[in-house]
Amino acid sequence: MGSTGEGLGRRDLIKRSAALGLITVPTMSFLSACASGGEDGSTKGPDKAPVTKENPFGVAKGGKLDVVVFKGGFGDDYAKAWEAAFDKKWGTTSSHLGTQEITGKLQTRFNGGTPPDVVDDSGAQKIKLDVLAKGGQLADLAPVLDAPSLDDPSKKVRDTLIAGTVEQGMQGGKFVALNYVYTVFGFWYSGKLFKEKGWTAPKTWDEFLDVCKKAKDAGLGGLAHQGKYPYYINVVIMDLIAKKGGLEAMKAIDNLEPNAFEGSAAALAAIEAVYEVVEKDLLMPGTNGLTHTESQTAWNQYKAAFIPSGSWLENEQLKQTPGDFDMQFLPVPPLADSKLSFEAIRAGAGEPFIVPEKAANKAGGLEFVRSMLSREWSTLFAQQANSLTVVKDGVDPNVKLRPGTQSAVTALKAAGDNTFNFLYPDWYSAMDTEIQDASNELMAKRIQPKEWIKRAQAAVDKAAKDPSAKNNHRS
Amino acid sequence: MSQVATSRRRVGFIAGFLVLPLALYLTFVIWPYVQTFGYSFTNWSGQSPTFGFVGLDNYTALMKDEVFLGALWHNLLLLLFVPALTILLALFFAFMVNVGGRSGAGGVRGVRGSAFYKIVYFFPQVLSLAILAVLFGAVYRSDEGGLLNGFLIRLGLVDPAHPVEWLNEPDLVLWCLLLVVVWHGVGFYLVLFSAAMQSIPKDIYEAALLDGAGRAQTFVKVTLPLLWDSVQTSAVYLGIAAMDMFVLVSTMTSGQFGGGPDHHSEVMATVLMRNFLYFGKSGYACAMGVVMLVLTMILSLVTLRATRRERIEF
Repeated sequence: MGSTGEGLGRRDLIKRSAALGLITVPTMSFLSACASGGEDGSTKGPDKAPVTKENPFGVAKGGKLDVVVFKGGFGDDYAKAWEAAFDKKWGTTSSHLGTQEITGKLQTRFNGGTPPDVVDDSGAQKIKLDVLAKGGQLADLAPVLDAPSLDDPSKKVRDTLIAGTVEQGMQGGKFVALNYVYTVFGFWYSGKLFKEKGWTAPKTWDEFLDVCKKAKDAGLGGLAHQGKYPYYINVVIMDLIAKKGGLEAMKAIDNLEPNAFEGSAAALAAIEAVYEVVEKDLLMPGTNGLTHTESQTAWNQYKAAFIPSGSWLENEQLKQTPGDFDMQFLPVPPLADSKLSFEAIRAGAGEPFIVPEKAANKAGGLEFVRSMLSREWSTLFAQQANSLTVVKDGVDPNVKLRPGTQSAVTALKAAGDNTFNFLYPDWYSAMDTEIQDASNELMAKRIQPKEWIKRAQAAVDKAAKDPSAKNNHRS
Repeated sequence: MSQVATSRRRVGFIAGFLVLPLALYLTFVIWPYVQTFGYSFTNWSGQSPTFGFVGLDNYTALMKDEVFLGALWHNLLLLLFVPALTILLALFFAFMVNVGGRSGAGGVRGVRGSAFYKIVYFFPQVLSLAILAVLFGAVYRSDEGGLLNGFLIRLGLVDPAHPVEWLNEPDLVLWCLLLVVVWHGVGFYLVLFSAAMQSIPKDIYEAALLDGAGRAQTFVKVTLPLLWDSVQTSAVYLGIAAMDMFVLVSTMTSGQFGGGPDHHSEVMATVLMRNFLYFGKSGYACAMGVVMLVLTMILSLVTLRATRRERIEF
């Protein structure tokens, strides 16, 4: 019997509505994420205590403090130790959340107007600072800088910080993020491997290529990089530009100038130098498609001579690194006739701590940040997280450092005031992403240096058109 | 009691049951849609309750956004291939394990060992997409440690100094992902089609056999027409999966929320997420969400319409 109902049969109807229901499944998760809470009412903070020299923000005794930290390479034990110290001093009850999902956990709270009091906004799922700043969600931390230091009340907190910390935390001309961990960027190599093979650490880009060639002849890769995340190779490219063309070349990029890349001799020389590695086949095989852990682990297994990274590398690779690996830091070796010396390094503060503008206990948040900049808390951090902080001489000299961190400290001392740092990744997310895409194409040999320059300049020009670009400028 | 009163009461009774689910549905399904629609006309950053109204700006920008249009194209490609490949393979396997075998006495059964195959085919369905991404990440790994590369290098087909960077090759990446989806989906649809096939009366097959029909003929003339409803539903289902693809692309490919290399594996959902959470252009992302919704609805309706056939009942 063959028959089909005219019009809409019951089965049809059910089937169709089921199908329509299914449609909502994939789209739903995004759409519901769009829903934000309504406008917030006035936030009620705890009663304020009178402002004194010891209590510059008027923190009330008792009350609550809500702390959220990124639980990444540094763990979150340090934060628990801080909170205990804070509670002891101020009689507060701290609530602690250590998480990797900063955006997931906090976006609704920011939208709803009930953010925590202190946030370590870091990791892959951090909320972009430029986005938060544009939305007026970040408290001005300048009062912390001008408050007396806990170690020496005759000094301002501002004067106890390593140079560049304040600049790094600026958004739209306001100091809104305290980048707490001091990081240096460059290449890393195994002291053991180099000793075995009789290689010396290169001081120029030509020597660097030489070692890469020797490595290739010995059956290893020369340069490994974290291909799935072109962020890392961009460190090399940008550092070569900054060294070749000096700080002016760096600022031209951060300030989105029309000749930041196109027409810049330094940029062209730098990108051609990086491309030479690709052209001469000195990359570790397959490195272009590997994640950071995959390529770093391969490097730890002596499959490549160099890898670029920040000084968190040692802590991140702790378990994969052989005991006698002897990790060593190397500033990016400059091109011939570079304006900056070999010793100059990209150094900057990372791991931004923020106090939300609408925090219930904003005074407590500010006081927490001030305490972080005391020697006591800084040493706590160094002990728990095996890394340096932005507090000058902030670590008790008795804390013993691992070889990689130690070599980074030595390099930092050699650099002295000769440090630099790019700001565009924090200021212009889209531009950063576009340059990363271009670098990925270059490393895979799909585009040529000239095309890279063109694409990088296009990204700069696009960012310059963004109305918010007016707010950022460095001199 | 009058009839009107009874029916009123009945309505009240039914409404009483429906109020709560309806309220939940309105709050958690319809209201977000409405909000999204509203936000798509603003420059909302996603991290702040304040925003300005920009009219249709987001939509006009969307029409010029090459990345989004590229992603749309990829979704359409997937829409073409994911359902077609999955359904064809699933149908073939289902036919083989159910009626593809030949036994001496003219019975209708699957190939030898079909009970075992049925279970094995279903395995991939047990894995979540997140596990699948890790698993195939190891298969496609770009150095000799990758399963595919290791295999090809052993065979001497690939130079160990230049392994194939599967997910970093613009021409390969989308097909690599397609393979994962198909691999994952076939098992489920095999079971679905198997169930449908088993409800087909054996005597129809026996009659076909007596008339001298071969396997291919039996499949085209008997099995497929009787399975048409299931195939149609599967096509809609798979089409929607092809419009999504977010989990696989975002975890397996390079770039913030995936889509790399250089946007060659971009799908609408990854572009949406990048704009929503990373670039702080949430209003713009909401416009993308609206476009996605409209497209998916149109496609579902078209699929159901275009595949409508005369139903054979048995």
